[in-house]
Amino acid sequence: MIRRQRLAAGVCALLAALTAGLAFPAGAVADETEQAAPKVELVLDVSGSMRTRDIDGGTRMAAAKQAFNEVLDATPEEVELGIRTLGANYHGNDRKEGCKDTAQLYPVGPLNRTDAKTAVATLAPTGWTPIGPALLKAADDLNGGSGTRRIVLISDGQDTCQPLDPCEVAREIAAKGIGLTIDTLGLVPDAKTRAQLSCIADATGGTYTDVRHKEELSDRVGQLVDRAADPVVTPVATSGADRCEKAPALKSGLYTDREEFGQQRWYKVDVEPGQELRASVSVADDRAVGPNYGVLLRAVTVHGREIVRGEAAGTGRTDVISTGLRYPKQESDDDTATAETVCLQVTQSFSVASGVKTTPGLPLELTVDVVDGPSGHHDVAAFGLGRGWWLLGALVLIGFLAGLLWGWLSRWRVAVWRTN
Amino acid sequence: MRITRVLGATLLALGLAAGPAAADSSPSPSASDDGKAPTQAGTSFRTAAEIEQGQRATASGSTGDYLYWSFPADTGQRPTVEATVKLPDTHGSQTWQLDVYDGLRRRQSCQYGATTRTAAQGASSVELACVLRTVRGWSEPWADDPLPGTYYVRLTVVDLGASDLGQPVGAEVRVGSKDIGGAAAVDGSLGKPLVPGIAVKADADEDGSKTAVLSSFGSDDGWSSGWWSDRWVWTAIGGALAALAGIGGYALTRGSGRPAGVPPQA
Repeated sequence: MIRRQRLAAGVCALLAALTAGLAFPAGAVADETEQAAPKVELVLDVSGSMRTRDIDGGTRMAAAKQAFNEVLDATPEEVELGIRTLGANYHGNDRKEGCKDTAQLYPVGPLNRTDAKTAVATLAPTGWTPIGPALLKAADDLNGGSGTRRIVLISDGQDTCQPLDPCEVAREIAAKGIGLTIDTLGLVPDAKTRAQLSCIADATGGTYTDVRHKEELSDRVGQLVDRAADPVVTPVATSGADRCEKAPALKSGLYTDREEFGQQRWYKVDVEPGQELRASVSVADDRAVGPNYGVLLRAVTVHGREIVRGEAAGTGRTDVISTGLRYPKQESDDDTATAETVCLQVTQSFSVASGVKTTPGLPLELTVDVVDGPSGHHDVAAFGLGRGWWLLGALVLIGFLAGLLWGWLSRWRVAVWRTN
Repeated sequence: MRITRVLGATLLALGLAAGPAAADSSPSPSASDDGKAPTQAGTSFRTAAEIEQGQRATASGSTGDYLYWSFPADTGQRPTVEATVKLPDTHGSQTWQLDVYDGLRRRQSCQYGATTRTAAQGASSVELACVLRTVRGWSEPWADDPLPGTYYVRLTVVDLGASDLGQPVGAEVRVGSKDIGGAAAVDGSLGKPLVPGIAVKADADEDGSKTAVLSSFGSDDGWSSGWWSDRWVWTAIGGALAALAGIGGYALTRGSGRPAGVPPQA
């Protein structure tokens, strides 16, 4: 009886352990973070067309002013906010003059809500729409600091200052600055305006929004400013070489680079025995590209032998194509074993649409993690253990047969012993 | 008497052995909304909004945005990602797509579920789903099996009319998982879960400074160590049953009392 209770208790304990194992939570810990102040510049189109009364019965300008007031009230403390206008001052008809007309209404810095609101109240729709020059100036305004940088462009019309294509300007800005994003909002846009603004957004990894109502405008601008306040890892700029010997040596971290069409990018990482290299790469399409594309990441020894590769291909609309690889370097018995240099090669197979500039190259994001390697492995089942009814059946049958044999043997032994 | 005792114990053990099998098929219990679910989505891998399994994350965006979330998945889980997109009142036909990537940003295949779906003109919402493969404790570096760590969800429109770009949409994402248990157990485990930036994070923790991280899912806590699987229970019960069957077999042939053909001793 006691024995049976013990058995039951043992099985219960096993079951409890099992349930605990099954219900094991995949917990995650939130991490409070602290870093350089994020900077946001709102760039507002104050061209003559902003007088049009088509947003909830009011003018586009009135809607923008109201939205700005709401956003200024809700801006998080840590965000340094600035306001720049385009087409606010020049009344004349000279295109050259009109296309220089961009001014900083409120400088990027700690926000004084009253001052900023007063400045916004003075605006009156006036001139041209020099989007390209305004973006260049805005990028200069945001210079310095290591926080995230974001430009929010609100416009109701196409750039009227060709041949400077604002889309290419945006791409150049993104190629220069680290982590600068341009989000665009179109006020009751026509098809051409929409195409141009979404092109600007795509060029920098930003978003495009179509605005037809007042509250949409303030909600969206508020959301974008809040987004800037979220702490984000700022990637480190690096420049890959065209072969492994000249490649920059990388440590664990997040890197960005540019890769032109048809180009190879090489990087080097040192991996100690017993460590695991993890690398992932994302190539973003910041311009019009062909519908089929791919990316290849190879880990190669210094002698040119491929260790492992990650590859991805895709088709259709996308923001990035990404892949990754793992390379666990085996533990060495030799104490003097040194770190191995692993070369990482990145190639992409985007095809550029005709008539689109190929420089600067496509933005490339590379994450490198060198961590402790995996524990050893022996067979496909955990620790050589089994499971399932067939296993139980087999064990019972073998046990039973062994019992029979043992019983028969002992019987035979006793018989022999008795006879002698 | 002995026979009944053996039989009783065997039946008891058998009944309990059915326990793990039944527990295997129970879905993950963590289906609670705790109000802390994010109401924003990220726009890139770097800025993905972090959600827990069981949470219902919402986000507002514009048609054409790439919306990103990330969630942790551990060994033995088979995650299911479901997304609902609320479309604007008037729109043309548009196709939405749900993609899931692992911690190395490798696209993960879905076993079941509609990951791409076209909403007809004027439809009010689109539902997408993806059932991933079971997360393994370990795999060859050359395989792209799902491994414990961070997973990214990307939701976006892949085909739309030009005039639909930038329209306001609402998105809702839920992640749940089913515990597959020992059936998917493999021997071996990763040194660290596949959480991006985990090497940098470990360094930062050491010197006490706090910086933004790529993915904040715990590096040492919360992840299963990989040694536990219900195979221990199956094998232990199998061993016990084998022992009992052995005793039974022994009792049958050994018999009790005097073996046949042996003369009683005086």
